[in-house]
Amino acid sequence: MEKGFTPVGLRVLVVDDDPTWLKILEKMLKKCSYEVTTCGLAREALRLLRERKDGYDIVISDVNMPDMDGFKLLEHVGLELDLPVIMMSVDGETSRVMKGVQHGACDYLLKPIRMKELKIIWQHVLRKKLQEVKDIEGSCCYEGGADWIIRNDEAHFLGGGEDVSFGKRRKDFDFEKKLLQDESDPSSSKKARVVWSFELHQKFVNAVNQIGCDHKAGPKKILDLMNVPWLTRENVASHLQKYRLYLSRLEKGKELKCYSGGAKNIDSPPKDADLNSGHQSPGKSSYAFSVGSSLLHKATETDPKPLASASVSDPNSDVHMPPKAKKTRIGFDPPLSSTAFDSLLPWNDVPDPLESKPPILYENNFLQPSQSSYVSNSAPSLMEEEMKLSYETPAGGTCVNADEFLKSPTVTLQDLDLSAPSAISCMKLQEFSSNVTNSTESILRSLSWEFPESHHSGSLDTDLDFSWLQGEHFLANTGLQNFQFQDYSSSTSLLSELPPHLWFGNERLPDPDEYSLLVDQGLFIS
Amino acid sequence: MNTVVAQLQRQFQDYIVSLYQQGFLDNQFSELRKLQDEGTPDFVAEVVSLFFDDCAKLINNMSTSLERPENVDFKQVDSGVHQLKGSSSSVGARRVKNVCISFKECCDVQNREGCLRCLQQVDYEYKMLKTKLQDLFNLEQQILQAGGTIPQVDINETDTLLNFANVQG
Repeated sequence: MEKGFTPVGLRVLVVDDDPTWLKILEKMLKKCSYEVTTCGLAREALRLLRERKDGYDIVISDVNMPDMDGFKLLEHVGLELDLPVIMMSVDGETSRVMKGVQHGACDYLLKPIRMKELKIIWQHVLRKKLQEVKDIEGSCCYEGGADWIIRNDEAHFLGGGEDVSFGKRRKDFDFEKKLLQDESDPSSSKKARVVWSFELHQKFVNAVNQIGCDHKAGPKKILDLMNVPWLTRENVASHLQKYRLYLSRLEKGKELKCYSGGAKNIDSPPKDADLNSGHQSPGKSSYAFSVGSSLLHKATETDPKPLASASVSDPNSDVHMPPKAKKTRIGFDPPLSSTAFDSLLPWNDVPDPLESKPPILYENNFLQPSQSSYVSNSAPSLMEEEMKLSYETPAGGTCVNADEFLKSPTVTLQDLDLSAPSAISCMKLQEFSSNVTNSTESILRSLSWEFPESHHSGSLDTDLDFSWLQGEHFLANTGLQNFQFQDYSSSTSLLSELPPHLWFGNERLPDPDEYSLLVDQGLFIS
Repeated sequence: MNTVVAQLQRQFQDYIVSLYQQGFLDNQFSELRKLQDEGTPDFVAEVVSLFFDDCAKLINNMSTSLERPENVDFKQVDSGVHQLKGSSSSVGARRVKNVCISFKECCDVQNREGCLRCLQQVDYEYKMLKTKLQDLFNLEQQILQAGGTIPQVDINETDTLLNFANVQG
């Protein structure tokens, strides 16, 4: 455990409109020695949270609330209060889970909830604290053990409380311990919580955009431009990181959503080789980056998770993911052809080189936004090649669903109420899926983040592109919060205003290979 | 007196096992029982009471939504089913939960007839469970009054049987 950090007395706010569950959860949480506050309404919960800004450590909320969408609540909490939020539902539908992840949930629990799942929620709080420490420390430097540890942790934590993964985290804890011990001044980890109001965030975004694509938008510069006297560089750094993660998550979100649709049909036999070929063009470069980020997680795993819990055996792959099914996640067992995973497995192999320098991947990608292909990045390209190898998508089904998904807007642009940071990522997704402008596309391309034009037509390629899913990485970003990204809605060239280096890795939509890999990362719940 | 207690305990044990075996209850119920402690001796009873109240309310709402054939709000019904499903999962009301699954399917295809049937069934199931649990709690009370303790039931055995249990049975 961390010095000064103990799960006992963790202040938990439980939000659920089901009185039965509320009572049960209260009891369970009390048994975990947590300090519990219950609430039957989302608005009430927000009120409580706002009243006592530092009064709670973590929020657990049901997805379905009568007065407010659980995801909206999640966004509010994440954006305004920067608290870890766990979502719960009786519905384990992949798309719902992914939505939770997109909105920044640090975990998604299926009802009925087990004691062991609740017993480990403190880890999310710890992780966040570590992240804050790191933020103050190195601000925009993602490199550094903390970030890596955190991601690594997250990869484990996302197991939903399985004892197996818990045990594996021993080494991570040591890492964390070391990290915190390295902090010269323990009190420096305590920073006043900044509430990023809409206006403040707007200033932030403006500053970022002002700096433009050419220069690296560092916290100092942003801070200067923002001209908010009481704001510190650390505040900005922290927010900046979240912002980047958020943006990247939005991108992934589309693919996630796509995939979620596809996940249902994942067991239909791989169909089109066309998918592969068609998908070739976009399926390159920047995925390397995104892969890299997930690799960060993988790198540290002593027991890399199985790509496919069952059907994959890859003699060629250097990386073996011992079948470690995450129960609370998906027992996702797609009978994909083993070849599909063959190409994916090497993905996990890269961890070794990455282990020593995961951040470099980030940096490389950040600084080379204009590269049309990331193949130049050694490690990533390796992955890409292999990923593209023999990926066979369960195309038909996947695409069908992805297609439907793309066409069904979660939120329309109109819904983007600038004053309410709700459904932003949904909106973004929607926007991406239906409103891609030429300028956006060109910008994206310049970011090596190819936005498949075919996307519009809802072709297989598109769907696959969108199906890029970095499960673990995604889930691992507990720091992901939603932001009021006003510019997003108002500007036609969505990404053009975003300095490429702000893109979390400049990912582009990855190959279909990747998403099936990601699926196995336990994002989906069977 | 001991034999009375022993008898009651035996009765209790058999009864609760039969509830699992017949699919009325699943593992969640036993989890609930584990949560009960000296500080909250009526925990389970209170929780199931909340559940049954919730059932009544939700069923009533759905009934209203399904009332007029020309104007069925399936969204509402679906929402109700979802809530009911969530609720039933909280206490381990297995049969109720299973009906919810069929119920949802009927909602999805906007089958009013099917929905009405499911509604009827879910109403029946929750009331049946209510009666059964009432009997169980009565047995508990009798044991306590006779000075005995309530046996912990190991449902591992029942688990195996549950796998084969015909929920409809």
